[in-house]
Amino acid sequence: MSNKVIYAIYNDDDVLMDAVKKTRAAHHHIEEVFTPFPVHGLDKAMGIAPTRLAICAFLYGLVGLSVATTMMNYIMISDWPQDIGGKPSFSYIENMPAFVPVMFEMTVFFAAHLMVITFYMRSKLWPFKKAENPDVRTTDDHFLMEVAVHGDENELVTFFQNTGAVEVKVIEKH
Amino acid sequence: MYTFSSKLKTLSIILMVLGILGVGYSFLTAPKNTAEVEEILKKEAEEHGGHHQAAGHETHDTHAAATEVHETPVATAEVKPEASMADSVHVDTISISKDTAHAVAATEEHHSDKDHAAVAAHGHDKAEGGHDVAHAEHAKHVEHVFHQLKNKPWAAVFVAALFFMLISLGALAFYAIQQVAQAGWSPVLFRVMQGITAYLPWGSIIVFILLALGAFHVHHLYVWMDADLLDPANPKYDKLIANKSGYLNEYFWLIRAAVFIIGWNLYRYFSRKNCLAQDEASDNAFYKKNFKMSAAFLVFFIVTESIMSWDWIMSVDPHWFSTLFGWYVFASFFVSGITVIAMVTLYLKSRGYLEYVNTSHIHDLAKFMFGISVFWTYLWFSQFMLIWYANIPEEVTYFITRIEQYNLPFFGMVAMNFLFPVLILINTDFKRLTWIVVMAGIVILAGHYIDFYNMIMPATVGDRWFIGAGEIGAVFFFLGLFIFVVFTALTKSPLLAKRNPFIEESKHFHY
Repeated sequence: MSNKVIYAIYNDDDVLMDAVKKTRAAHHHIEEVFTPFPVHGLDKAMGIAPTRLAICAFLYGLVGLSVATTMMNYIMISDWPQDIGGKPSFSYIENMPAFVPVMFEMTVFFAAHLMVITFYMRSKLWPFKKAENPDVRTTDDHFLMEVAVHGDENELVTFFQNTGAVEVKVIEKH
Repeated sequence: MYTFSSKLKTLSIILMVLGILGVGYSFLTAPKNTAEVEEILKKEAEEHGGHHQAAGHETHDTHAAATEVHETPVATAEVKPEASMADSVHVDTISISKDTAHAVAATEEHHSDKDHAAVAAHGHDKAEGGHDVAHAEHAKHVEHVFHQLKNKPWAAVFVAALFFMLISLGALAFYAIQQVAQAGWSPVLFRVMQGITAYLPWGSIIVFILLALGAFHVHHLYVWMDADLLDPANPKYDKLIANKSGYLNEYFWLIRAAVFIIGWNLYRYFSRKNCLAQDEASDNAFYKKNFKMSAAFLVFFIVTESIMSWDWIMSVDPHWFSTLFGWYVFASFFVSGITVIAMVTLYLKSRGYLEYVNTSHIHDLAKFMFGISVFWTYLWFSQFMLIWYANIPEEVTYFITRIEQYNLPFFGMVAMNFLFPVLILINTDFKRLTWIVVMAGIVILAGHYIDFYNMIMPATVGDRWFIGAGEIGAVFFFLGLFIFVVFTALTKSPLLAKRNPFIEESKHFHY
């Protein structure tokens, strides 16, 4: 069986949105949509599950808070509780106001950086990654919807031409 | 048009009646002379029983020991934990036992170790000095407690009056910001905000009357109003307060208060008038007028709000000052104002009066509640941490009295105003749920009431604080009045502004 896909190319995001809704209604599986900029509501129209990146960030923040607390409790209270300028180092809570700036920054640092790294990993992005661009125009002013071909190819092509596509191509994927 | 539900009206009237009863009770039971205070102190001593007597003596000994420790110049680092323990024992017994020799001196000066040594030495002298001195000290202590107990019902009324007035002022500031920012989401809520700010004239007149009563020496919440403090010949002469009398004097102070209150109320009055006129107009002239007026009001507001916080709140502690106090007070009542807007909106929505308000509007308000709660915490912590860190005796007494005498309210409000809203309102889905927003709102409002309580009470009633009939009664009374005035005002005009240039956008707002 061949891995044929259809590239339906549009030049307007409103037309694209309509096409996506029609395609979903006709039960064709959308593989990907390539756009030059974020199209508001596209993820909902495509039925993509909401991201859980924010939940990750919250958990990473908690990790950062724990790291900061453990580190300073060990260094300032347990390991070598010196009297530095009269600050009370008998217990963590007694000297806590002085540690809050570090606790805050570490929480933000861990939440932000680990979330960004998670994003890169989940979306498979890295410096020498080969770009997966099906058509150079999609980074400038065109929108491309990729749909796998099952069944009658000609019927599909007419279907996409009727959704307002400026160009419909059938491509053999490897 | 909104019609005031009879149930809510009855509730507000019941609250006001209960409130008046509670406040009246607290005024009637406040001691009228020092003899009554003696009675109270005796009764308190009896309640603690024989244990107290014994403990009193024991701590006297502990105290002597502490004195010893302080007088011998040993390596301080070694002795410190012990000394601080002795310190806390000492403080505890004072609050319970009303020990004659050091009570007055100690509550004022026991904060730093250095002062403590001085006080301890002082106490030592007293013990040798005999009964006369002790007797005089006792009379002074009774006088002190008498003043605190006499202040208590007044302070309770003042805190509640100020809190509810500032809520409507916070809502007014939020309203002005929405106008100036040309916000596209909020115009469907403008009439709700105007309803809430309708309490401002009533609330500010009540607050002004309470301030004027202070200036005419009916109550003594503001210690700097005592003329004896300014007279160098008087033994009560206070150089620090006398030096501030160019700013802190009754007339200038009352005039300032009048200017602020008139300015805020003028903006409220004309802004609403123009908003209603805009409904009937054929062009946007009234809208533009409101835009300019709101911008001018915000400039006036931030200056007067800052001075208001020094005048009405910071001056109960006339020896203490803090530069970011104005912002701190602002954040506190601003978040309360936004919370009340959200809660009134949810109430009206649940009764089916706000056709165009959807969960996205609620979501936006909840985001503001969340964000400004964090902003309040930032200012609270910045003020606390800078003073705690430097530990300059002149400033730090403010927090020492709060931590020692108001420990639970002081730290409890941080949990209520920060931890709770942050953990609940961080979730996007939660910010759209009515019951979550209402629950978070109740906690935030209670937390900020305690915040104002913590600002006023330590300076006026000291360790004699208690949330009893007077405090709860005052909150009930002003809550009832607030509900009555706000919901009456909401019946006066349609709940949707007609010709606001952003109203269409606001009706279709979704996030």
